[in-house]
Amino acid sequence: MLGLGILKGFMETGRNFCGSYYDPERLTTVQYPEERLEPQANARTIPFLIYDGSDPIGGLRCTACTICEQECPAHCIEIVKDTAKKPDYLGKMQLHPKVFDIDTAVCMECGICAEVCPFDSIKMDQVFERAGSHRRLTLHKDDLSKSNEYYNKIHPAEAAAVDAARAEEQKKAQARKAAAAVPATP
Amino acid sequence: MKTLDQIFVLTQHWLTGLAPAALQPLVSMLLIIAALMAVFGTCFALTTILERKTLGRMQNRYGPNRVGPFGLLQPAADGIKMLTKEDIVPEAADKALHFLAPLALTAPVWLAFAVLPFGRNMSAIELDAGILFFFAIGSASELAVFMAGWSSQNKYSLLGAMRAIAQMISYEVPLVLASVPVLMAAGSLSLPEIVRAQSGYALGWIPRWNVLTPWGAAGFGVFLVAAAAESNRCPFDLPEGESELIAGFLTEYSGFKYALFFLGEYLGLFAVTGLGVTLFLGGWHAPASWLEWLPSWGWFGAKFSALIFLFIWMRATLPRLRLDQLLNFAWKFLVPLALIDLVAAAAWLKSGGWQFAWALETRWLLCATLLAPAYVCLGRHWRGGTPKPRRYHYAQ
Repeated sequence: MLGLGILKGFMETGRNFCGSYYDPERLTTVQYPEERLEPQANARTIPFLIYDGSDPIGGLRCTACTICEQECPAHCIEIVKDTAKKPDYLGKMQLHPKVFDIDTAVCMECGICAEVCPFDSIKMDQVFERAGSHRRLTLHKDDLSKSNEYYNKIHPAEAAAVDAARAEEQKKAQARKAAAAVPATP
Repeated sequence: MKTLDQIFVLTQHWLTGLAPAALQPLVSMLLIIAALMAVFGTCFALTTILERKTLGRMQNRYGPNRVGPFGLLQPAADGIKMLTKEDIVPEAADKALHFLAPLALTAPVWLAFAVLPFGRNMSAIELDAGILFFFAIGSASELAVFMAGWSSQNKYSLLGAMRAIAQMISYEVPLVLASVPVLMAAGSLSLPEIVRAQSGYALGWIPRWNVLTPWGAAGFGVFLVAAAAESNRCPFDLPEGESELIAGFLTEYSGFKYALFFLGEYLGLFAVTGLGVTLFLGGWHAPASWLEWLPSWGWFGAKFSALIFLFIWMRATLPRLRLDQLLNFAWKFLVPLALIDLVAAAAWLKSGGWQFAWALETRWLLCATLLAPAYVCLGRHWRGGTPKPRRYHYAQ
């Protein structure tokens, strides 16, 4: 009969109306500035640079190899190499970036730079509240530099794997050095 | 209690008495106009926010809750936004008509409030043919809508306006036909007289509201559906049908003109709801004799709010009709049902003098045998039976 389906519909919306007042489970809205969802481990926004130790500039892992600059499909990375060399975590002498800029207006957050980096130096960040009252869209070395602890916090599983691999390499390098040192003293 | 019931009337008389004698009629009129505009303007603002919150709750959302406590200042924010927006008039538009359309929609709607009795002794003018005046004023909105659609020089506007004309003219027929039995019962076209005819209690406790008679219940149903269609409410909002027509006749309107259309639409809804309360729900009468100490305007307000809530509920529940369904529903279902309801009302009123035992039950049965089979049969056949499977001649 005409009207029965309509009444059923009215019952449904009426149940929602009353239910949403005493059962907060029904309301799926997250009231954003006050409440937040836990960020997902594989969420990514713009890239950032990792440093070890306590010096955000001196401790950068980046060796200014410019692979990311060349691979970036949007050409948003600009690197200028420094002339001085510093030893890295394996004791090798490596170059450092004098300038490392990312134009965030151009960056499309694809993550290719993080995939190609052989030094685990550039990774994808999770900050999304980047609006400001300034027009500075190009981020410099000191804006991009973030600690390894931060990386461990936002991508725990991935960071643990990277740290383990680096520790392994470091151990091997030390063993090699020790082995090289032995025949020098017969 | 008598003072509280008549407080607005007494205040108006006192304020009018302060003016010099020559100006008193004018001051009296202006006071009523100011009061009506203030009350229903506030009502408009409150309804917009409460509607959005209710719709949200019915969809398991919060609704607007950012501006002010519980989001109650949202209408103010919306108003400021509308006022500061750019008013765009299309290059090809008929500038004068385009400007006049929102005014022509909003201005007559205010007139409709003049004849509604909002409480005991509380109608702005007691016209003998109040209901005729109401329907005459109500049909002016069709003209405004078509002005808006035609002057915009936009195909979507014109299509929306043509739909609006078809819809509003079709639904005016069942709207008027559903109110005719009430006029028969009251024997008057004056709205305060109709309210007076619904006073008192049958059997000592059932209020003599028209909705509590068989023909009144059917008439009220037809009236509600036709009222929703008449004021372009969901599920009959296809003049603006966003999914098909951008915004229908509102497409080329922005800024405050757009807001005026909404004001007109909501005021139209309020007016027709007030008429529904007056015709079927006993106007400002209390539902029981022990509740009569509450002021009459409070009862009117309570019934009015309940009906507005029903319209909001309807909006949250029902999807939009298609144009052919809409017109079929008006002409093949509502109009025949309203005509049969007229016969049922005549039978009910003619049999009013019956004195034998079980007279009331017999009258109910008589009206029910007229109305129920008609409802079932019309409800089954207004779409023209079950549709045949569609054949696509060229696609196969």
